[in-house]
Amino acid sequence: MVRFAVPAGLVALWWIATSLGWVKSYQFASPHDVASELQQLALTGVLWHDVSVSVARVAAGFGIALLLAIVLGSLVGGSRGIERALDPTLQAIRAVPSLAWVPLILMGLGIGETAKIALVAIGAFFPIYVALVAGIRGVDRKLVEVGTTFGLSRSALIVRVLIPATLPQLLVGARIGLTQAWLFLVAAELLAATSGIGFLLTDGQQTTRTDEILVAILLFAACGKLSESGMRWLEKRLVGWTDTVPA
Amino acid sequence: MSAARIRHLQKAYGTHLVFDGLDLDVERGERIAVLGASGCGKSTLLRCIAGLERPDAGTIATSGEIGVVFQEPRLFPWLDVERNVAFPARNANERARVDGVLGLVGLAHAAKRLPKQLSGGMAQRAALARALVRDPHLLLLDEPFGALDALRRIELRAAVREILEFTKASAILVTHDVEDALALADRVIVLAGAPAEVVFTGTVGEDATRAAILGALGVSEHGGHARRAQARV
Repeated sequence: MVRFAVPAGLVALWWIATSLGWVKSYQFASPHDVASELQQLALTGVLWHDVSVSVARVAAGFGIALLLAIVLGSLVGGSRGIERALDPTLQAIRAVPSLAWVPLILMGLGIGETAKIALVAIGAFFPIYVALVAGIRGVDRKLVEVGTTFGLSRSALIVRVLIPATLPQLLVGARIGLTQAWLFLVAAELLAATSGIGFLLTDGQQTTRTDEILVAILLFAACGKLSESGMRWLEKRLVGWTDTVPA
Repeated sequence: MSAARIRHLQKAYGTHLVFDGLDLDVERGERIAVLGASGCGKSTLLRCIAGLERPDAGTIATSGEIGVVFQEPRLFPWLDVERNVAFPARNANERARVDGVLGLVGLAHAAKRLPKQLSGGMAQRAALARALVRDPHLLLLDEPFGALDALRRIELRAAVREILEFTKASAILVTHDVEDALALADRVIVLAGAPAEVVFTGTVGEDATRAAILGALGVSEHGGHARRAQARV
């Protein structure tokens, strides 16, 4: 019950502050206004449309990032030669604050879906890539030796030892990557969008409707929390064998 | 046909010559304990036989399967005990042995546990079971009790003794503990020097007595070193 005490307290404070007129409704909408806006958006179907558009963008961008990170991470983690060839470049790209790519992406890919998905993918890629390379590097050499004493081929070693040993790190990277994906989605949708949760934000700002802005923020919170919980569930299911204190 | 035949083994790490022409034979069913000071090359010998190190020269011929037990259990943390033990199995025949070897090491009740849920002694038993699944002709045991406390050590030593009797497998046991050697081996050899050579070889129950082995290791049970040192003062 304790975990609900703080949010409940905040809502109560919010409700008191707006109903007593400490803050004006054009500065900060009341819980009631937000709830009715939420209800109205839900009834007209706008809510589901925007949420599904945003979820699809995150899913596409995250999926591309995951795939690229697994391919490049495995290559770099598996071979010192490829690491020397690729990693400095990737690290240099990583050093660029990712939002700095926005103008270039907009000019190169336009303001359509491709640009938004590309931005999400850039945001999600690096946490996954970095975690996977570290995971491969960190595989216990002693376990690999066990495989060697049983005469496992290189491919069998990869499938039966290296992949399961690396999975926990990969999943942690994917969880952080998914959080990053939502962050970059906001950036993409704030810049240029006619739908999506981010669009609700800009729309609310342009029409000076704080209730709409707050609905969008609540939706982002819910989506972020749901995807985080989903990833944690997946970690628990797939790599519950790890002997570490859950983070 | 011997279980292992090593001829003129040469192995160096950088400029450090570990072996320069070592010969060793392990007969079928024979259990050899290899003793020696830390860093004398005992483990290197075992790693060469296991195929984990490549000798610089010489030949190592083994017949049949080899099972290796390391100082640490080295279980795969993502597999339960049963699956760890089944890991080396290549066919239905070997998979069918899993239950049997689990019973042999006394872990039938813990088959579904994950490695993180095992005590040190249980984990080492699981590692032993895994090494037995392919019915090896030769077991390589590298300080298999090294990470255990004294009581678990005695327990596991007795279990290994029973298993060796039962399976009739040949074994090379690398240890620094004379008691392990006397309890488990038919023959004891002592490695010393750089490059390492066999400075003592004896049969347990005959010439490989505690005193003789300790003597070969350069250790006196009677505090002789201390007395000699005192006498010099």
